[in-house]
Amino acid sequence: MLIESEILKMLRKSCLSFLLLACLGGSAYADWAFNFQPAVAPLADDALRIHNRFMVLVIALFVSTMAVMAYSLFYHRKDKGFKPAIFTGPTTPTLWVLSALPFIGLVFVDYVWVGVPAYYAAVTMENTQEGADLVLRVTASQWKWQYEYPAQGIKFVSSLSTPLTQIYQGAAKGDNYLLEVDNPLVLPVNKKIRILLLSSDVMHAWSVPAFGVKRAAVPGFLRETWVKIEKEGTYRGQCAQICGTNHAFMPIVVEAVSVERFAAWVAKKKAEQEALTTSAEKVWTKDELLQHGQGIYEKICISCHLPGGVGIPGVFPALADSKIVNSPYQDASGRLIKDGHLDRVLNGKQGTAMQAFKNTLSDVDIAAVVTYERNSFGNKTGDVLQPVLVRKLR
Amino acid sequence: MTSATIVEPKDAHPGYPTGLRRWLVTTDHKDIGLLYMGFSAAMFFVAGMLALVFRAELAAPGVQFLQGSLYNQLVTLHGLAMVFAFIMPFATGLNNYLIPLMIGSPRTALPRLSKWGFWLLPLAVMVLLIPFFLQFFGVGDGASQASWTMDNTGLDMQSRLGVDFTIVAVYLFGISSIFGAFNVIVTVLTLRTPTMSLWSMPLFCWGWLVVAFLLLLVVPVLATAVGLLFADRHFGTHFFIASGGGDPILFQHLFWFFGHPEVYIVVLPAWAILPTILSAFSRKPIYGYKAQVYSYWAIAFLGSIVWGHHMLAQGLPLMENLYFMYATFSISVPTSVLIFCWIGTIWRGAMTFETPMLFALGAIVGMLIGGLSGVLIPDAGAYSQYHNTMYITGHFHYPFFGAAVLGMMATVYYYLPKMTGRMYNESLGRLHFWITAVSFNVTFLSMMMVGLAGMPRHVVDYAIKYADWNRVISVAAFVLGAAQLIFLYNVIQTIRGHGEKAADKPWEGAVGLEWTPSSPPPS
Repeated sequence: MLIESEILKMLRKSCLSFLLLACLGGSAYADWAFNFQPAVAPLADDALRIHNRFMVLVIALFVSTMAVMAYSLFYHRKDKGFKPAIFTGPTTPTLWVLSALPFIGLVFVDYVWVGVPAYYAAVTMENTQEGADLVLRVTASQWKWQYEYPAQGIKFVSSLSTPLTQIYQGAAKGDNYLLEVDNPLVLPVNKKIRILLLSSDVMHAWSVPAFGVKRAAVPGFLRETWVKIEKEGTYRGQCAQICGTNHAFMPIVVEAVSVERFAAWVAKKKAEQEALTTSAEKVWTKDELLQHGQGIYEKICISCHLPGGVGIPGVFPALADSKIVNSPYQDASGRLIKDGHLDRVLNGKQGTAMQAFKNTLSDVDIAAVVTYERNSFGNKTGDVLQPVLVRKLR
Repeated sequence: MTSATIVEPKDAHPGYPTGLRRWLVTTDHKDIGLLYMGFSAAMFFVAGMLALVFRAELAAPGVQFLQGSLYNQLVTLHGLAMVFAFIMPFATGLNNYLIPLMIGSPRTALPRLSKWGFWLLPLAVMVLLIPFFLQFFGVGDGASQASWTMDNTGLDMQSRLGVDFTIVAVYLFGISSIFGAFNVIVTVLTLRTPTMSLWSMPLFCWGWLVVAFLLLLVVPVLATAVGLLFADRHFGTHFFIASGGGDPILFQHLFWFFGHPEVYIVVLPAWAILPTILSAFSRKPIYGYKAQVYSYWAIAFLGSIVWGHHMLAQGLPLMENLYFMYATFSISVPTSVLIFCWIGTIWRGAMTFETPMLFALGAIVGMLIGGLSGVLIPDAGAYSQYHNTMYITGHFHYPFFGAAVLGMMATVYYYLPKMTGRMYNESLGRLHFWITAVSFNVTFLSMMMVGLAGMPRHVVDYAIKYADWNRVISVAAFVLGAAQLIFLYNVIQTIRGHGEKAADKPWEGAVGLEWTPSSPPPS
């Protein structure tokens, strides 16, 4: 038939040209995954099982509906001389029963086939406290995660470690591009970990697909979830709630290790933190502070204030030639000046993306970064801020 | 206002204004309908282009030309403009044009209100877009970055200008759609030709009646939500600010109380016109008329009590999660009744495949995939793998584009001969359909795939493993966009009088009062 061949010709043409376009440049990465990431925790197992149960039926329903449609499209057409019927509903009791069958089937699928396992999975998901071996407190803030182990006394911040050149300047990208952090979260395997979620600014969501965990961190409220990792390895996730400019750049990296290695890591981390406290008490030279401050700036401040402290006019203030940066941070009697440079860094600015860094940065970090900002980008205050002073003023 | 000033029988009205004045002062339902459709079609292209800009950025990993802030703004504007400035007003345009013709009335009941509703739209669009352009002149920080749902209220609080403008625009859009809703309800209930009972009026009228009541129910709630947000931003209240005792989740409850029924507001007009088109090209009466009407009402009712499935990842209490999951499952029944009836309508018909029929069949498939991919999402035990991933983005474009937009395109092709008095170019129409169908499915199925693999949504940049899918999505999106230019060309050529003259009833199997007047209907 003319119409058919015309349609087929067009279909072929459009498909061909489309495929040509899609393959332009070849497949550079050849990764066409469309399955869940391998499940390594009970919640992810549940999700996968429900997904598979559902998928089988969804595909069966799709195929059977399409088959009925295709049959009709092929046979019930005018050019085959088919005379149209005139029925407007099921005409006999048998047909009534037959047409009710799909819907009874649907109710069964919804409430039994999937509804029952979903009930148990949902209940399991909320069972965060029973038998928990370890508590982890996660505090989200704009574009990084702070992890705290209250019982172990460890607290650190984890943020993106992918170099900016790879993101913005087209440098060759590493294997874990955008999924790598400076301080990965370390957790023991086969222990139930209760995860408490908080946020210090806007809503975020802590999500690791391999754990089947996705839960919002809501400012002012405590949310919780849990995980029991069944296999050692490195697992990666990302923030799953749009949270501003750098939403794409707050990954989560979890290293699951044996209980022994976890204990060793805890000891090492504690020693590091104690060393940090001691180092805050010594007097730092200007060069030491500048060097350390540059590192902090490039890790944290740069995402808004940009390289060279130029900022984005109207959005993120510039630090170069900034009035705040070039004015004193301390008054004559040694008190913190409100809305001065140090106050801004310590306490943030309400209602903006400038957050209170006293929660996430150490005395040394703050002293160093403030010193760095006051002596870079053309700012020449010559100030040297000592960590001890930060401790006193915070 | 006396009825003499409302009724302007254009047939017997030689002094009816022409040119620009016609469009400014018209109270003719057809002219108002055309205004709505013309304007919102233009917005379809604007919002589509916004999407193509960020799809170009997403074609390869790395940030090439769009910083995170601009990317977020474009995503937000794309969503808001498509929903509020394109799909909803376009459906309103269709009802203004078609409902009076279908029910044998020379006019709508409240044409001036309807026209007022229309003139709010350009204003609303301007308000929506102004902050985006102001940022390039160093004023403000651009449009809202919080996505069209605005549901991260902390993020809303951080914006200086964009969120305020969005709130005002949402108010204007909301007032416009409420005016449109009044117009539909009164027209359908009071202006039917005397022999037409409610149970014999076209399904499109039923569908729109349901949509109108849904609008009256949920738009005020949206207005409340954004109004309280505005108060938080400027009047020192703390409805959604936790540090003042407010609750950010409350905003989400209010928003999604609007947001979920909104899905049905968008798709119901298209669902309701599909059986008419399917029946015309199958030369066979509509199957299950009453079942479909009851399904509309059931969907409207159930759709209004299931909003929480959008918030499973927010950590609602277990009982809420379970309730919203089971309640949402129930919607699959009336929805599949509709699909069942559509297939029942073509079954044992004598089908031909003109462009409107192709689009109508495409819309069935779109709804089928949209529905089937959607039943997985409210599952309180598996949501963690779907929520806030590209799977969601792919999924909701199926009912929105696959069912609503394809359905509206079917409607446009179906009624274009009636509206213009000319036949459109059939080969171009088919070309448009096939390219649209293929590229649309490639775009959004790929989004679902990459979402299942774990790619979050709303990200300006992504990990290497998602790169292949994203390149395909971007290319297919551009093909999809280009295909709509064929549509534009075809419609413009038809309006300009190319193509053969259309008969009063150009389709062999078409039934309904709308085919009685001449093509185009007298004005």
